[in-house]
Formats: sequence, structure tokens, C-alpha cells
Amino acid sequence: MILSNRLIGSHTQRIEDLRLLRGRGCYIDDLKLPGCLYAVVLRSSFAHARIVSIDASEALARPGVRAVVTAANLKGQIPRIPLRMHAHESLTPFQQPVIASDRVRFVGEPVAMVLADSQALAEDALDAIAVEMEELPVEASAEQAPIAIAYAGTRGAAEQAFAKADYVRSASFSVQRQAALPMETRGLAAVWDAEKENLTVYGAAKVAFANRDILAKMLDLPKTSVELRELDVGGGFGSRGEFLPEDFLVPFAARLFGRPIKWTEDRREHLMAATHARDLHCEARIACHADGTVLALAATADVDVGAYMRTNGSVSARNFAQALAGPYRIAHVNSLATIRITNKTPTGTYRGPGRYEADFVRERLFDIAARDLGLDQSTFRTRNLLRPDELPYALPDLAPIPQVTELDNGDYFETFERCKADIGWDEKQLLQGRLHEGRYHGLALGCFIEGGGVGPSEDARLVLHADGSIAVHVGSSAIGQGLETVMAQIAADAFDLPIERFRVFHGSTTDVANGQGSYGSRATVMGGSAVVMAAERLKELIRTEAASRAGCAPTDIVLIRDSAVPPGGTPLLFAEFAELSAEATFFNSRNTYSYGAQAAHVAVDPRTGQVDVLDYVSVEDVGRIINALTLHGQTIGAIVQGLGGVFLEQVSYDDAGQLQVGSLADYLLPTATDFPVIRSTALESYPAPNNPLGAKGAGEGGIIPVAGVISNAVAAALASFAVEPNVLPLSPQRVWELIQESRHAGAVPSPKNQRE
Amino acid sequence: MKLPPFRYERPASLDEALSLLAGSAGDAKVIAGGQTLLPIMAFRLAAPSLLVDIGGIAELRGIRIMPDRLEIGATTRWCDILGDARLAAEHPLLQAGIGHVAHYQIRNRGTVGGSLAHADPAAEMPGIAAACDASIVIAGPDGKRTVPFDEFFLGALTTILSEQEIIAEIHLPRWTPQRRWAFLEFARRSGDFALAAVALHYLKDDSGRLADVHVGVMGVCDRPCRIDAAEAILNGNEPSAELVAAAAAAAAAAVDVDDDLHASQAYRKALIAVLVERAFEAAEARGG
Amino acid sequence: MNETRPTCVNGVAVAIDVEPRTTLADFLRHRLGLTGTHVGCEHGVCGACTVLVDGAAVRSCLMLAVQVQSCDVVTVEGLSSDEALSPLQASFRRNHALQCGFCTPGILTTAHALMRDEPDASEERVREVLSGNICRCTGYVPIVHAVVEALRDARAARGKEAP
Repeated sequence: MILSNRLIGSHTQRIEDLRLLRGRGCYIDDLKLPGCLYAVVLRSSFAHARIVSIDASEALARPGVRAVVTAANLKGQIPRIPLRMHAHESLTPFQQPVIASDRVRFVGEPVAMVLADSQALAEDALDAIAVEMEELPVEASAEQAPIAIAYAGTRGAAEQAFAKADYVRSASFSVQRQAALPMETRGLAAVWDAEKENLTVYGAAKVAFANRDILAKMLDLPKTSVELRELDVGGGFGSRGEFLPEDFLVPFAARLFGRPIKWTEDRREHLMAATHARDLHCEARIACHADGTVLALAATADVDVGAYMRTNGSVSARNFAQALAGPYRIAHVNSLATIRITNKTPTGTYRGPGRYEADFVRERLFDIAARDLGLDQSTFRTRNLLRPDELPYALPDLAPIPQVTELDNGDYFETFERCKADIGWDEKQLLQGRLHEGRYHGLALGCFIEGGGVGPSEDARLVLHADGSIAVHVGSSAIGQGLETVMAQIAADAFDLPIERFRVFHGSTTDVANGQGSYGSRATVMGGSAVVMAAERLKELIRTEAASRAGCAPTDIVLIRDSAVPPGGTPLLFAEFAELSAEATFFNSRNTYSYGAQAAHVAVDPRTGQVDVLDYVSVEDVGRIINALTLHGQTIGAIVQGLGGVFLEQVSYDDAGQLQVGSLADYLLPTATDFPVIRSTALESYPAPNNPLGAKGAGEGGIIPVAGVISNAVAAALASFAVEPNVLPLSPQRVWELIQESRHAGAVPSPKNQRE
Repeated sequence: MKLPPFRYERPASLDEALSLLAGSAGDAKVIAGGQTLLPIMAFRLAAPSLLVDIGGIAELRGIRIMPDRLEIGATTRWCDILGDARLAAEHPLLQAGIGHVAHYQIRNRGTVGGSLAHADPAAEMPGIAAACDASIVIAGPDGKRTVPFDEFFLGALTTILSEQEIIAEIHLPRWTPQRRWAFLEFARRSGDFALAAVALHYLKDDSGRLADVHVGVMGVCDRPCRIDAAEAILNGNEPSAELVAAAAAAAAAAVDVDDDLHASQAYRKALIAVLVERAFEAAEARGG
Repeated sequence: MNETRPTCVNGVAVAIDVEPRTTLADFLRHRLGLTGTHVGCEHGVCGACTVLVDGAAVRSCLMLAVQVQSCDVVTVEGLSSDEALSPLQASFRRNHALQCGFCTPGILTTAHALMRDEPDASEERVREVLSGNICRCTGYVPIVHAVVEALRDARAARGKEAP
């Protein structure tokens, strides 16, 4: 397969921008749905309660209210949402019902749905629904909570290694509950055609095909009667798009009442209803030789998954279990991640799920060990980084659902050394732990791997049109990552035609036969490779068709730009083959592993605990750069999300299971003034061996090492206080408390006595 | 989060606004910038049946420099204060403090009166009012009355305003150019509510001793206030690191806000002490 | 206030014929069909809904439609033309200053007001002004670059035009 490489690798400006910059995008709430009713969901305000009764009669009497849907409408058969990933029989009891019937298990769980002539009128009627609840005891903490499943990642014999090691150190770590918080909240619009018995649902994202299958089954409809359509999507980050109660309730109501139904989530309910993330606490241990060679890593983690197992609730625990060792040579690993059920909003994937947490734990242990053993941070890592000739290198075995995966290829030293050079690591060592103009300075670095290109397959379909354009239909979903442009670049290079000739359609079940979607950093690898294959197939079809018209063999036809040229004959324009189309499926069962290193320079004000990130550098190898602009954008965006997770963001609950973040004034997202200096470089020294593009998934790498790097930089800055920043977020108050605790614990000089 | 239903009036005069309030049996709310009221209503924490929009009332606007005071109309917006070139000399502390209020877009709508009526103990305008001995002119059914700020602000989110009264203007004593001053705030992000803030100003006599010291704090008590104990330590003395540290400690001792979601009491005490010290450094650096 | 002055949105006179409780954001989006202005939070924090009212950047979720009587409102659609992207928009595209595009209209209107009122704004000032607009995708670095570049290009263009 020949790709011209004109556009691939370049800074191609995005096609999407032409409409998005003009405010001409069409997001789900922008969709006009004539004759529709508006749905608003009544949600539980109790963390755990038995529903005694629901009386909607007063609500139904309110102006404009047309119906109120409750569990009663489902006549005892309440569908439960299956797991899309890593389903396991032990998880079936924890599946979320599409609406609460006898019990509510978290604040925010859907109890009823009001349908009215406007969203405002529906909201007005909410407090007229009389719900009687009998409170039940609340499981507010993961510590002793019931277990859903436990994932174990093992390699070698960790306990024996710990028993024999020169140096063993343990510590506790905590990554707080976070939320992906895309700027667009969720929404859906459902239209039921009673005559054709067809359902069309707009507002799909991420995994439309899987959701179509789930919905069709729940509604007892053939898959061919259910269409899910993706419009413009305002961010996903692994959260938006998974099947949630409203994905059933809204279409169900459309069919039941024979009216189109539109639902737009508001931010207050998004904070309690959309999937949360992370919330992992662990005890971890490291065993080393005296020279810093790491022998073993062990961790026992609790993941607070909330009240139910949602479609991908297992992923972060599973990734934590399998990815703890990162890109390092660690012979013995024993990582156990136990998923516990509490009365909180269910959690699921959020960029780098489980890997962000794993890297935090591992890199912190590395710096703790390095300090104890008298080694500098850089030497400790180079002593343990896998060398190129050691790859492929298998990740630890996973149980109870095995998944064999190996680090494919790469030179982790190349990105590491480049990262060190970019931040000026050697020159800046003079600043480590030093007090300068009232602030302590610290630097740290860390290495990471990003698992991407998740299989099993992806579809693409290319269609020639009479106007000379080529439509590219792909099963991958767009969530803002520039999918249209990247797919168009790949197709354009496959045909050696200008990008303007291509129109990309994505993410809807009407686009291809068996799409999968965008998650696990797979769209470029899987969707892009499917486009490459479909392009080849289409070229073959064009040659065959041209040959039959010209009376020669297909191999005699030469394709030049948009013409098929027979030997000695008149060139035939592609436009003359209008409606010719080719579909292809790219199969892949091997993850790709992009990799790299990040480093940070921070300054800590010991009197307020405020940490300023003076410089943040990332170097990553992604195998093959398709669009240099969008790749850079993914890295910067991911890093800033990671920094938000380290310093600002937290979903907190009180002991009664009440959610304490009710607005964006409570859940603090990074803003333009918080992290002004972020620099990133991408390399493509080691193309992926498993796909025709040589690309490796690269949307999540940016976030994965951030917590480890920053907490180590803070520890380095405050080395004279011997603080261990092992609990996130590192809010100013937490950093200040670490210093106070250290002062009270030992004879540490107060900063006033330390002059520069 | 659609708003609950209400009637809306936009009176052209203060008298008309007052009679609308009087006639509504306590179920009306005044709206000016709406930057605080509308979010509250969007969360359905308040659902007044009538909104009286005072944004069009001419006599509530304007910044007037009088011989002995500044008069700021209640519907003066933050951008009006920041954009008024006279205030750089006439009240630099006010301008500096208002620069910390929220964000660019909020500053184009939010008003002085709105902030004072809402009475958030961490907000900048009430803090400046406390630190600068402001008076509030209140218009009600029986005419206007002027109240010292300390009597106006009763506690967190509580003022003496009745449901039938509207803030008409705020008075600040005239600034003197010899005053040294600083406004320092600590917030999680730019534009967030202060976890703690200090508005400081003072004079120095010919022998370099501090006089007429005003140490105003925000965010650390149930109301913004001057810390008498800190001022007592500073007044009449020459500044020194030890003196300022003692004043900072006095400010910390006055903190009485309980632990909350945003900060513990212990942390707020540490913050206010740092801010007092750093505010003093900044004020001294300003010279005079 | 001039009672006879019409209410204009993007230069077109409109009637405000909605309930008082309709926010300016919802009026623009659903009554006028100008869906370029987006609603991200409805409580005045995220800035996605920012529009220009009599030239000032304001959060349209924190204004009532009835409050813009006799005002001039400009939305992101009013900053755009079919023929070409504006210099600010082109700078956004060049610098990849948007990903999902949801926060973008609010940032464009805010930047537009800043560029008009403070043509010499520093990078620090740009950041400070944009701190009232939340973006979850880009990490802000490319957005700040785009605005700074647009300011620089505008200054250069004025320099060339000066006699």
C-alpha cells in the first residue's frame, strides 16, 4: 500500500474548524426536533433508600406536562445495562437498572422522567412528584465495602523477591475521585417511526454500534431497526458516550408515547449522573537491590466504583493491575485492584484510566527509593528502563480475565534523554530543594507507556460521488480530536488527491456495517488503517471497472490522481464511476504502545502551599505522526487535564453519601492562567508493527505520567522537610499541611532561617 | 437548569422600584447585574415571583467625587470602576481590589450594590467597604438612610436590608495620596472567591511611625472586618519584621471561620498571617 | 435609554417575545436559531455562552432576554462571514486553538472584545481575560498563542496602514 505522505505527518489545518469557528457546528442540543416533547429526569437525593411510593399525579396536572415515566411503565421488566468491556459473571448483580424501581443506590440515580412541552415546564414539575423514600444505611467509603471483582496482575514471585531484597519500602497512596467533565453535557433526541417500526436516536458518541446493540435488545427490536447518529460532540475523554439510563429512557419514551423526545442534561445533573472516575487508594511496596535495580513492585488497591458497574467500570482497576510496572524491567509484580461497591455515582473510564493512578504510585515509589538509596532520580530510572533489544516485553499476566499484551517496540532511552535535555535537567539540578525568593524549587521526571490501538476491528467505507468527491465513512467516533481531518489526510494520501476532495462521515450506525468507535486511543490506528484498506479496495474496484470499459486487464490500468488511465486510451475520471464503493475491516488484536517521558520544574511557596509549575516538558514517540497539529493538541490538552487532577479537581462526598460538588464553582477545572508553560515534542522513531500506518494510539499518553512527575517534583522541592506527597489532590492546603506535619515531627529549620 | 417563572419589571425611577417592592408582599427581588441572583435562581434556591430590574434607573448610576467622600451609585459596574481613570489617584485600593473580582465577562455586568446586598464575607467589595470605613445609603419606603458598613453587614449573606429596601449608593472617605496601601488575595484560581484576602492602608508620620492603620480582612470571619488587635500593635510604632509578624499573628488569632469544603480554620489562619505580612511589604514598597 | 431604538442581533432587528425567565442564551439559541452560542453550565462559570452586548463580553446565561431590549447583540455568527475566516478565526485554525469546538464561540467573542478594546494587550493580559472561559480539550496554550498572534498581526496591519 502506497501512501504519498504529502499530508500524513504535516500540520494540516482541520476541516472541522471551518464550521466550528463559525458557530455552525451541530451539537445535540442544537438539533431542532419539530413536535417533540422535552424530557427532564428526577433524580434521587438520597444515597441509599427504598422507594416506598411515587405519586406523579400533581406533576401531571402542571401546565404543559404530558407524561411521567417511572419503573411502573416497564411492567416489572426493568432492563439492566450490560458491561461493554470485560464482562464477567460476578459483575452481573451490579449492573445498573435503567431506572430505579425498588431502591436508589446513589445521589443522582434516575427515579422518574417528566415529559413536557418545554424543558422549563418539565423542570417546574419536578418538585410536584411526590417520592416517598425510606433511608437505608449508606456505604460511604470503599474501605470495607462489598467487593464486585478483583483484578490481579502478576509476574514472577513477588513475595519471595520482597523477602530477599536489600531494600524494601512501602507507602500508601490515594488518587481522588475525578470527573472527565467535557464542556458539552450529554443529550439525546429520539424519533420513533411507528409505521416502519424504526427508531432513530441522535446524540450518540464514542461507541454508537455497541449502544445500538444494547438498545435494540432492551427494546426487543432488530438491530436493523435502530439507528444511532453521531453529530458534533463536545468532548468525551473516555466518559461520554457509554450507555447510561437515559440512553434507554429517552428512546423508550419516544416509542411509548409516539412523540419525538429531546433530552438535554444540565451541568448540575451531569456532575451527579455522568460517570465519575479514578478514586483509587492503595498500599504499595517496592523491593530493590542496593544499587537501585528494582526487583519487585506490589500494590493492593481499592477502587471505589460507586453503586453500580457501568459499561466500562472494570477498566481502571484492570489497567492498574496490568500496567503498574510501566516501561521498566521489573521481574516480579503483584498488583491487586479490588473494585468495591459504595453508594456513590458509578465510575468508569477517564483518559488513561488506571494508568494515571499506576504511574503515580510507581514513580513515587521510585523517587522514595532513590532518595533512600542515595541515587539521583535520573540514574534510578535508566538503571531500570527496558532497552530496545528487550522488546517485545510482556506485561504481567492478568486475572480473572486474561489478556496477553506486550510492549511492542521502542527506545525508551531516546525519549528520556531528549526530555531531560529539553527541560535542562542537568543545569537545573543546582535548584533542587533550594529556597529562592521565598519558594522551594524542585524537578522530577518520569517515563510512561500508553496502551492504544485497542482491537478487535474497525470498519471504513469509501464511496465515489458524481461531483468527484469521495465520501469516507468510518466507524470511529469524533469527540473533538480532529477525526475528520486525520481520516481525510489518510484517504487523500492513499489516492494522492487534495484533501478538499474528501468528506468524512463518522460514528453513526448508518456509516458502516460493524463499527466500534473511539476509545482506548484507537481511532487513528484502527479507523485510519481501515481507511487505508478500504482505499486500496476501492482503487482495485476502479481499476477493474475501468479495465472492463477499456477492454484490458485491471493490472494495465494506472491510477493518476483522479483518473484511471488505460494503456493508450482516454483517461476516465473517477466521477464517472460514481457510487462505486468499497468497504474494509481492519482487524487487530495487538495493542500499540506509544511511550515517552515527562519532566516538571515546580516552585513551592511553603507559607501557602501554592505550587507553581514553572516548566512542563513532554517527549513521546507515537510511531507515526499523522497530523502534527492535532497530535500536539492532544498532548497539551491531556497534560493540563492531568495537572487539574493533581492540583484542583476533586469529587467529594460526605459520610451520608451526599455529593458535595454541585457546580463548576466546586469542581475546579484548570483555566488559562493556571498552567501557562507546557512544551511537548513528538518523535516517530519506532513505527508500530501491527498496522499499515505504523501509528500508535496517542490521545492519552499526555495525562498518564503527570501525577507521578508533579508529586515527585513537589517532594524534591520540599526535600528538606522530607514530605511525601502521596495523596491527591495536592491542594495548597494539603501541601501546607505536609510541611506542618513535617515540622512537628522533627527538627526542621523554619524557612526564615534559610537564606539563598 | 431553567429559571423558575417570574414577572419582570424595569422601572425608570427609584420611587417606582420601591413601590413595586412594597406592593409585592416580600416575594420580589431586585436584580441589577444578575451575576449572583441568576445562578441562585438557576439552582432554584430562590424563586421570587417578581424581579425588579433597577439597571435602568439613572440616579443609581455614576461615580461622584465630592469634597469629603466618593459616592458610588449602586448600579455601578466593576468595569466602570476599573475604567474610571480618576480612581487611580482617587482610590487606588478600590481599583486594585476590584481587579480581583471574578472574570472579565462578570465584570461587565456585576455591580457594587449587588455584591454588597449579597454579603459574601469573602468578596472584595464588602472587604474594601470594611477596610475603608464605608457607609451605605439605603433607599426605602420612608426615604433614604445612611448606615455605617459595620452596621449594614450582619453576617454571612445577611445584611440589614429589608425586602422593601434597595441600596442606593456607597460612600467611601476621600483617599489621601500619602497613604500606603496593598490589596492581596489568595484564591485557588484567578477569579475564584478568596480563601483569604487583606486590604491594608496606613499613613506614616514624620518620624516614620505608623498611623491610622487599617487592616481589613476577607474570607476568614463571618463578615469582612478590620482587625483591631493588629491595628493596635502597628499604630504609633516604626515598622519592623517583628512588629508586622505580631500584627499578622493577631490577624490569625481573629479568624473564626470553621473548617469547610474549601479550607480548614488552621489553614486560613496561616494564610491570613502570610497575607498581612506580604501586604505590608507591598505597601512599604509603594513608597509615598 | 432610547425606547425607540430597536433590539438588534448581529445587525438584524428582532422582537423579544419570550417569557421573562428566558435567558439571553436560550433566546438566541432556540428563538432565533443562532445555535453557535453554547450553554455549558447555566450558572455563569464556564463562559461558553459569552456574547457581546453593546460591545461588552457578557455571559448570556446570566442575562435575561428582556434585559437586552434596545441593545446591540453580537454572537459568534456575527463575527463570521461565508467568504473567509476572520483574522482571529484564521489564527485559531492555524494554531489548532480548538478541538471539540464547544467552548470556542465564547472564546472568540471574548477575544474579539479584548482585541478591539486593548489592541496592545500583553500575553499575560490575554491569559487573565481568557481565565473566564473554560476549555477542557486544548489546555489553553494554543488558544493563547492564537490570540497573541492575532493581536500581533493586527498591530502590524495597522502599522502598514499608518500614513
